[in-house]
Amino acid sequence: MMETLLLSRIQFAANISFHILFPTITIALGWVLLYFRLRYNRSGEARWMEAYSFWVKVFALSFAMGVVSGITMSFQFGTNWPGFMEIVGNIAGPLLAYEVMTAFFLEAVFLGIMLFGFSRVPRWLHTTATALVAFGTTMSTFWIIVLNSWMHTPQGFEMIDGVAHATDWWAIIFNPSMPYRFFHMLLASFLTVSFLIAGVSAFRWLIGGRTEGVRSALTTALTVAALLIPVQIYVGDLHGLNTKEYQPAKVAAMEGVWETERGAPLLLFALPDDAARENHFEVGIPGLASFILTHEWDGEIKGLNEFVAEDGTPLHPRVAPVFWSFRIMVGTGVLMLLTSWASVVLMLRKNKGGEGRRGVEGLPKLWLMGLVAMTFSGWLATLAGWYTTEIGRQPWLVQGVMTTKQAVADVPAPMVLSTLIAYLVVYAILLGAYITVIFYLARKASRGETLPNPRRTGAAAPTVPAE
Amino acid sequence: MDLFGDPAQWLPFTFAGLMGASILIYVILDGYDLGVGVLFPFADDAEKDRMIASIGPFWDANETWLVLAVGLLLVAFPTAHGEILTALYLPVAIMLIGLIMRGVAFEFRAKAPDPYKPLWNNVFFTGSLMTSLAQGFMLGMYVMGLDYTWGHFAFALLTAVFLTVGYSFIGATWVIYKTDEHLQRKAISWAKGGIWGLVLGIAAISLATPYVSPRIFEKWFTFPQILWLAPLPIISGALVLALWTMLRRMPFAGDRFSWLPFATASLLWTLAYSGMAYSFYPYVVPDKLTIYESASAPESLWIILLGTCVVLPTIAAYTFLAYYIFRGKATELRYD
Repeated sequence: MMETLLLSRIQFAANISFHILFPTITIALGWVLLYFRLRYNRSGEARWMEAYSFWVKVFALSFAMGVVSGITMSFQFGTNWPGFMEIVGNIAGPLLAYEVMTAFFLEAVFLGIMLFGFSRVPRWLHTTATALVAFGTTMSTFWIIVLNSWMHTPQGFEMIDGVAHATDWWAIIFNPSMPYRFFHMLLASFLTVSFLIAGVSAFRWLIGGRTEGVRSALTTALTVAALLIPVQIYVGDLHGLNTKEYQPAKVAAMEGVWETERGAPLLLFALPDDAARENHFEVGIPGLASFILTHEWDGEIKGLNEFVAEDGTPLHPRVAPVFWSFRIMVGTGVLMLLTSWASVVLMLRKNKGGEGRRGVEGLPKLWLMGLVAMTFSGWLATLAGWYTTEIGRQPWLVQGVMTTKQAVADVPAPMVLSTLIAYLVVYAILLGAYITVIFYLARKASRGETLPNPRRTGAAAPTVPAE
Repeated sequence: MDLFGDPAQWLPFTFAGLMGASILIYVILDGYDLGVGVLFPFADDAEKDRMIASIGPFWDANETWLVLAVGLLLVAFPTAHGEILTALYLPVAIMLIGLIMRGVAFEFRAKAPDPYKPLWNNVFFTGSLMTSLAQGFMLGMYVMGLDYTWGHFAFALLTAVFLTVGYSFIGATWVIYKTDEHLQRKAISWAKGGIWGLVLGIAAISLATPYVSPRIFEKWFTFPQILWLAPLPIISGALVLALWTMLRRMPFAGDRFSWLPFATASLLWTLAYSGMAYSFYPYVVPDKLTIYESASAPESLWIILLGTCVVLPTIAAYTFLAYYIFRGKATELRYD
């Protein structure tokens, strides 16, 4: 029988992993919808409204999934981790309160107007509602990232009788890792949404739904992805440097460095062995890890062996999960870079006659199928990234302040296990239903189209009727 | 006790008030949309669509009040939050799974292929039922001091049923307000069939509360407090009577006063709830932990209060805006 601590950790991981999938979509999709809406307001072209009315449905579905799984999160603290609020509640409390007050309500109320108010309210109000929902999701991200970053790089507080008290709110909010994490997450959201839109649009294109709205959505998505992925890689690099400064044990685990070394290799493959405290089957590029992290070929990276208590208990995370999730994130990111850049190059090729660019027609069928396969690649990268940073913080819950073990509730393990199984079953079914319904909506939208591929005539394609 | 001088005194009191208000707003607002879900099996397919349309633009924001209430408990009274939620571990999990099921069923039933619609309707009903029962159970356990004995368990099961029927009642009054013709007449009969849940629920809790806690017994049945409390049951009784009378005569000509049952029901909930709040004050965990003992540090409460003063009126304003925009009888929900 597994212990309560491990089961509670798995339960929290399951809940928050399921939850983050949907905000990752709604944060950026809100802004993308606003873009579609503004393009329509300005040009009056039906294709932008077509794109809007399809994606607003995906938004509504994702939002509902995010809300209900978010409610679960707010209860998890009390049911499974009461120690967290007892020790750092004075800091975490206000931040969570601001999240609920500034963001949650804003989103929830204006969502109703955004979804169902199109013909009930004036155009400006509908556009404003869309903007406020997008703004709300971003504010929500901000406050949650503030709290999460504070758990990684805490400052602006003092401990009185074992309880944290805030001394400087400015320092708490703008803690050292917050800006990096915030932009890293926002960009992750935009990339996730870009590939989601690209994948679903490619799917619609493949099954014959070749409307102007699909064309615009696909082009927009691939362009956004191609523009943002280098920015994301740059911000990720800055974030890594920040982590090296404040959480060196995490970086050591990410790179699989056991002994402090200069000129550390970038390991492409290795099997880290926590028991033997070494790696097996290392394959690496000499000096590259040091170069990436210190920008010098023989820069020093602190090894995991520096983070062991005198009695031999490790004060660093288990290495293998951090090492591998980091590689999955980076690998997916590189794949996204290659895909989006190559797509843009393919679309920018000139037409055979020399007039105009090829656009979506420039993408071969196999390539489009590849885009469909990458529909949810953003989820993979985002989850892997969060696993890297969160597992990388262990054994700490709040770095240097409290351990995860100190926070866990004294609930009997079988009870945690039973609820864990219930959550997992529900989540698996819902995730399946979510993906199925998105592709069902795509098929339905494609069937609803009668115009056979209107090519750049400027003629308005009929909008897809909402049910 | 200098209530307004010392922040360590009035800050917890203020937050208890805010939290109490959020819970009250939650049970009324989400109460009606949960109730609509509980009533689902009694409606045919077209009526189901209309009932969903009557709550569609609102349910999201309604549930947010629960997040705010739990958030305030978490933020302002962290130790109580831990104590209450670990004691209610299983019912909370059941409620959450119920909320997840009904929340997503809203979307899936409209977007999934037609053959699956009945399935998602059932998910919506089951989720609403689980949530209502779990909340009623938690209410009962809370009144019983979060102390698990067979007697308390049985009582909590009873309040679970009463609250669920009570929710279906307020849900029915909402449907009376938001619809017309056949469905409205049906809702009137649902309301007549559900009012007993509300009455028995209030009665059971009113009888059990002083019985479980000698402190509350003392608080109720001493002079002169009893004079202050006396109007509560009297007005509540009058309201129940008024509800019954108007339901028997509805619908009125020209659909006048279709909002009245919902308003009266809300008032009734408010009264019952105030009575409970009065009884339990100053305890947040019944007879164990007061709001003053479990409150966060004043400097943290200050910063939240600051935000609350700005944000709460704003929330109220745009909530009214949403209800204003979607006023009148529910029509088919359309994205365009």
